[in-house]
Amino acid sequence: MPPTGSSLVKRALALASRFSVTILFVIIIATWEAACRTFSIPTFILPSPSLIVTGALDQTWSTWAGHIWATVRVALMGYALAIVVSIPLAVMLATSPFLERTFYPVIVGVHSMPIVAVAPIIVVTLGSSDLPRVVITFLIAFFPIVVTTTAGLMATPPEMIEFSRSLRAGRTREITQIRLPFAVPYIFSALKISITLAFVGAVVAEFVAAERGLGYFIQLSTTYFKINQSFAALLVLMAINMVAFQVVTLIQVVFAPWSLPKDRK
Amino acid sequence: MGAKHPGVGEKPVVALSEVTKTFGEGATAITALDRVSFGISKHEFVSVLGPSGCGKSTLLRLISGLAKPTGGSLRIHDYPVTEPRDDIGIMFQRPILLPWLDVLANVTFPLKHKYNRVTDEGRDRAHALLRVVGLQDFLSKSVDELSGGMQQRVALARALLLDPDILLMDEPFSALDALTREEMSFELLNIWSGRPKTVVFITHSIPEAVLLSDRIIVMSNQPGTVREVLDVPLPRPRSIDTLSHHAFNELANYIRRQLFVRRVT
Repeated sequence: MPPTGSSLVKRALALASRFSVTILFVIIIATWEAACRTFSIPTFILPSPSLIVTGALDQTWSTWAGHIWATVRVALMGYALAIVVSIPLAVMLATSPFLERTFYPVIVGVHSMPIVAVAPIIVVTLGSSDLPRVVITFLIAFFPIVVTTTAGLMATPPEMIEFSRSLRAGRTREITQIRLPFAVPYIFSALKISITLAFVGAVVAEFVAAERGLGYFIQLSTTYFKINQSFAALLVLMAINMVAFQVVTLIQVVFAPWSLPKDRK
Repeated sequence: MGAKHPGVGEKPVVALSEVTKTFGEGATAITALDRVSFGISKHEFVSVLGPSGCGKSTLLRLISGLAKPTGGSLRIHDYPVTEPRDDIGIMFQRPILLPWLDVLANVTFPLKHKYNRVTDEGRDRAHALLRVVGLQDFLSKSVDELSGGMQQRVALARALLLDPDILLMDEPFSALDALTREEMSFELLNIWSGRPKTVVFITHSIPEAVLLSDRIIVMSNQPGTVREVLDVPLPRPRSIDTLSHHAFNELANYIRRQLFVRRVT
């Protein structure tokens, strides 16, 4: 039996809903390109997608790779430092009311500094190497991890703690075998927020002082009015960011599937 | 075969003498337990029955060593209870399983938590216990996938892992539906006759208490005091037939009249 008109429409709609993101993306790009051409928008105000692609291809692959690696390296080092510092810090805050009272205001204080304003000072203080950039990245990425991990450790049900105490397992194992595993879903939420912040930190640091990196490249291109190249670098940054976010999600799926919301398993 | 009774001169395993527990101080102090005295002999199954707020759970926390009495003396095997003991297994109202571990790892967790290692012997015991509670086919299942009744079975297997002499159960079936609850009490009856233990079973179900116990301690509330201690004159081993025994209904109704008389009749 040949498909009737209404079933054809249904199938087309089903197909459209399946590829809705792609279709939306294509529409945006096409509109953008058409607008740039019909209204002859100057390229330094808004370059067309085709010009962004040619701008990207003006640079060699190795140039791109160098910039990408510089940014990724700083972001990941800052991110790793944030994790290594924040989780033990959260354990300290969650287990000692005294330390919590003492250090929490300090942590909030540090986080209250506008990172863009502090970045130049840090660069002056720490000199020109990866170090100031890593520190800037760390400063922006650590806060969500500390706060959220502390919340997770404190949210451990009192019955679980009582169960641990009934076995007289000691404080250390209460933390490593009960509280920390319980906080894992919280920790992953924080890690997902912080990975994005880590790239913000790396780019901000490169704006202030760098000879390489996507942030540096955006600034340089903008200075020379090569806005299409800036856009290209911006798109690359977005792509890296999304990949990094997906990697963190994947790590959670592989190593702690139980910590995912029930409907995502 | 009649119920076991403490022989003359035999020391009770658990001995409470004038045990009092008060929360808070001064005018706002609340007395949860007021001069509670009783003894439990070896391998005796004793239920503590009473209305909500009669201090049943507090009583169990005191015996388990998780809380200290404010007055009187509480001794186990003739030693004062100052902290949780190794020879006590506890089952709480809720299963309190650890969602990051599978069923088998939850059952072996007391070994892991207490000694930081799980021996092959311990793992064999866990397998055997899971067979006893009928979960041998669910070893590597996530505990989130289990029903409420199955979760409480895992909790029971876990409480028995270290082969405690004394088993403390705090309304372990109260969160289950009526059918599962009844099924679980027969299951417990079977397990207990297979490996007798000294059991303190907190409940607010009269039939459950009569079916399971050698003796029932009936409490009244505000403050919690022992109203009456009743022997259960039912033969062992007990089964579904016990429910139609004339002494079963007689005793159950007697307790109902004791507990309800002032409000209902």
